[in-house]
Amino acid sequence: MTDPVLSIRNLKVALPEGADRDFAVNDVSFDLYPGEILCIVGESGSGKSMSANAAMGLLPDLVRPVGGEIIFEGTDVLKLSEAQMMKLRGKKVAMIFQEPMSALNPLMRVEDQIAEVFEAHNLLTPRDRAKRAIELMTEVGIPDPEKAARAYPFQLSGGQRQRVMIAMALALEPSILIADEPTTALDVTTQAQILELIRNLQEERGMAVMFITHDFGVVAEIADRVAVMQYGKIVEAGTADDVLDNPQHEYTRKLIAAIPKLAAEAGAAAAGKTPILEVEGLNKTYVTGGSLLFSKPRIVHAVNNVNLTLAEGETLGIVGESGSGKSSVGRCLVRLMQPDSGTVRLAGHDMAQLSGAALREARKSIQMIFQDPYASLNPRSKVGRIIAEGPMAHGVSKTEAYGRAVKLLEMVDLDALAIDRYPHEFSGGQRQRIGIARALALEPRVIIADEAVSALDVSIQAQVLDLLADLKERLNLALIFITHDLRVAAQICDRIAVMQNGKVVETGPAHAIFNNPQSGYARTLIEAIPGREKELAAAG
Amino acid sequence: MLRFILMRLGKAAIILVAILTLNFFLIHAAPGDPAAVMAGEAGAADAKFIAQLREQFGLDKPLLTQLAIYLKGVLQLDLGYSYRQQMPVADLIFSRLPATLLLTMTAFVISLLLGTVAGVLASARVGKWSDTAISTLALLFYATPLYWAALMAVLLFSVYFNWLPGFGYETVGANYTGLRRVLDIGQHLILPATTLGLFFMAVYMRMTRASMLEVSQLDFVKTARAKGLKPSIIQRRHIFRNAMLPVVTLAGLQAGQLVGGAVLTETVFAWPGIGRLMFEALAQRDYNLLLGVFFVSSAMVLLFNLITDILYRFVDPRIRVA
Amino acid sequence: MADFWNRFSRNRGAVIGLALLVIVILVAVLAPLLFPQSPWRMVQRPFLAPFSMDQYPLGTDALGRDVISGLAYGAQVSLLVGLVSTVAALLIGIPIGALAGYFGGWMDDALMRFTEFFQTVPSFALAIVLVAIFEPSIQSIIAAIAIVSWPPVARLVRGEVLSLRSREYVEAAILSGQTSLTIILRQVLPNTISPIIVLASLMVATAILLESSLSFLGLGDPNMMSWGYMIGAARTVIRQAWWLSFFPGVAILLTVLALNLIGEGLNDALNPRLARRGK
Repeated sequence: MTDPVLSIRNLKVALPEGADRDFAVNDVSFDLYPGEILCIVGESGSGKSMSANAAMGLLPDLVRPVGGEIIFEGTDVLKLSEAQMMKLRGKKVAMIFQEPMSALNPLMRVEDQIAEVFEAHNLLTPRDRAKRAIELMTEVGIPDPEKAARAYPFQLSGGQRQRVMIAMALALEPSILIADEPTTALDVTTQAQILELIRNLQEERGMAVMFITHDFGVVAEIADRVAVMQYGKIVEAGTADDVLDNPQHEYTRKLIAAIPKLAAEAGAAAAGKTPILEVEGLNKTYVTGGSLLFSKPRIVHAVNNVNLTLAEGETLGIVGESGSGKSSVGRCLVRLMQPDSGTVRLAGHDMAQLSGAALREARKSIQMIFQDPYASLNPRSKVGRIIAEGPMAHGVSKTEAYGRAVKLLEMVDLDALAIDRYPHEFSGGQRQRIGIARALALEPRVIIADEAVSALDVSIQAQVLDLLADLKERLNLALIFITHDLRVAAQICDRIAVMQNGKVVETGPAHAIFNNPQSGYARTLIEAIPGREKELAAAG
Repeated sequence: MLRFILMRLGKAAIILVAILTLNFFLIHAAPGDPAAVMAGEAGAADAKFIAQLREQFGLDKPLLTQLAIYLKGVLQLDLGYSYRQQMPVADLIFSRLPATLLLTMTAFVISLLLGTVAGVLASARVGKWSDTAISTLALLFYATPLYWAALMAVLLFSVYFNWLPGFGYETVGANYTGLRRVLDIGQHLILPATTLGLFFMAVYMRMTRASMLEVSQLDFVKTARAKGLKPSIIQRRHIFRNAMLPVVTLAGLQAGQLVGGAVLTETVFAWPGIGRLMFEALAQRDYNLLLGVFFVSSAMVLLFNLITDILYRFVDPRIRVA
Repeated sequence: MADFWNRFSRNRGAVIGLALLVIVILVAVLAPLLFPQSPWRMVQRPFLAPFSMDQYPLGTDALGRDVISGLAYGAQVSLLVGLVSTVAALLIGIPIGALAGYFGGWMDDALMRFTEFFQTVPSFALAIVLVAIFEPSIQSIIAAIAIVSWPPVARLVRGEVLSLRSREYVEAAILSGQTSLTIILRQVLPNTISPIIVLASLMVATAILLESSLSFLGLGDPNMMSWGYMIGAARTVIRQAWWLSFFPGVAILLTVLALNLIGEGLNDALNPRLARRGK
């Protein structure tokens, strides 16, 4: 094998005092070879981006390397002065980030931001820089590059912004590209395109890519070699095939087992069961911008003539990318949003027509579980009150409501003592369980889960999904599961509705949708799921 | 752009009418006969003048008719007559307006310039002694009463050191012309403009410093560093421009305070502007003149707001292009 | 609470500010005991220089009144006006901001136009006009200061409520059947308390400055000795008697400084942004 282009030896990176552990990176060693993609995988807090940031000399304030070395082209990067580092950055080692919106200066035109890379290293004339910027934008596949070059970041889509970031990183043909979760903020189809772009560029140029991610699907899609990190240490490293197919370390095995499998089971079809929720002709438009007199408003048809039925005891998945209107549908159903037209028949009432006390009463049978485990619980209320508040608002006595809260906490596998504690004392997964207990407090018949596991690490995600499936069974609940993550949908849903631009483009049993999608969009979506091919190959 | 300015002017017009309406109701809400209130201190004006006021403003007609008469008058630039000063209120104000514009504009520029420069310096040396010094100074300026700072400046720079004039707009009786006169006015301007700007300088400094520090934590600054750019370029091109957005917004919001503060500064320095006029109106209980000045200073604030809004659109493409 | 105090006291300036404020409060409360005579009474010859007589350490003014006694009674006025007008401004601003932020739509539009109007009008000039027309008195001064200082409260509360309103726990409360009033009072407003406290401490400082400026222009309550009045009365004799304007000014500066320092300390101690959830 050739010599590594980057060699990290016994790296130790210290966290500031008062952090949950002393070292973000503790005695980590690995090599990065030319022409390979090395994925560093780990859950949040594993320290997976720290070694990359250390190699760029871009660690956050108060976080500093305290031991080991990072050898690039024969010298230890950690010993370089800031001026020497500046020569390296952008020219030899380039980096792209997770949030392409915030990673670009909102006040500068895109071409100027690309041209800046040449300027930083005193290359080319201003004129040639602008020309190269457009060439680079063409190369990374931005449509109409001349026009896009004059644009400001806010005028581009998320995928285009990430392409701009990549163009910037490639400008000086660096030997190493560090990609820090570059597709996490993107929709699944855009993610697939960006992954392909990175792979292609890497092969053309023979770059070494250090790709940091939390997503094993992405790893399967792109990695040559993998290093798995936990609590600041590498627990397992090897070729992608070895690690994915034959994980040695217990943690890796646990992580891989926790990934929802794509194989949706046939059967369990809801045929013949009575529908509990029927949605007909639901519409919702937003008007954004525009003032009374002058500017033209923009009209967005967020929900466009949507029809859905949900049978008793069934789980219906609503999947789609951001902006598809899937969340708006959920919010219209519980009337957090007022639909423009359509009926929402729930247990004999039309939810869309009710108001005031009648609406409050009807809402008892349809409750919601939210996405953000931090924002979904009032930080100033104790857990007991959070759960008991609903029943109390409906006239249940305080003693009875708190008694019920204790039972509910046990039902979601939390200690009954939790009622006297505040939300901030719990972890993300535990908070999500509290949110579930709250939704159950009013003994609903339908629960809407809006991206309920999206903010959780994969191992926690698996536990919460199991809990939901179990509760659904025991309490005979009907569930509407709104998600952008098709793997999650495949695991939990009986039927699936695929949404795009406010419309339902396809509905059907989960296994049918995954194995034989009828609409073009559903097919694109499913083919874009990272790691799918590998999984199919392994299964088949 | 033109559409934007027209829209803002329309909005400003609505606010001005609202202020006039407020003025009108204040006169009627004040204890005593509205005619007497408008004429000034009870008993100071003669019966003939009061009768004339009644006639002019239709004070025996219904309230809404009176409001209409009042608004119509203002549209014709008629703000009433000051019995005390024996002059139309509008003439009085317009003769004093240039001095106030000069003073407030100068104070605005000085405070914005020095404030942001100091803020940038402090943010670049955060935690070091120069940051501490600048921040402490800002804290002191922030807590100093405007008029007291003015008095102390007079005491120190014109009474004790005799460096700068502490009284008036130009040297009385010198009859300078041309450049000499400009320099003379400039000399007289230094103390009032600086003391008026002191508080705002502190405000802008604190804002700039905080904003610079906040922006320097943002992702795109990391991108800029990852490009290998020099810190000085990152500071200027990436951090400073973004950090100025909230400062410009704040400067627009503070304009009103600046115009209000001019009353105090002009009083201390006998600066012949509308602030001083307001003080005179107060001393003579010339309410009509008082309300006239209030109206015109509100109009000035709207002008300042318009300028900063245009400035903001110039800096932030998200507002300009969208 | 101990935690709060820890974070507050880590800011050295805030502790100094608190100490200063405690002194000012003590002086204000003990003024009648320390200086039983009315501060308006002539006690010595006019223009007695400071530090020349032990009994009148800060000298006397143009009418032979004791300066230090005036300062003590002035503290009462400053604190009273600062506190009461701030409370009044909060009582106007919080409901307006909460209603605008929670209900949005036309209610938000109407209330915010109203707020914007008061924010555009030069506040000090409006305060002058109000006090002048309604005759200077402690009531009219407090009312005028409250009227010109509530807009920032309304805007702050509106902004907070607006962001909290779309917070998922508020939506959960809506779904659980709680009424709008319950939600505003129990879910939303308690979470806006911290920034309101910080703003209020700064508003007390601004109100004290405003009151002193009004008194300086001769718009103080004619029956109450205040710092601004003392400086205003001494303005014309500044060349003969610097101390008459100097000492009251220092008193204002220190009090306002103390409140600002406390505000910063409260901000450090209460600001949720510093307690940002770590990664």
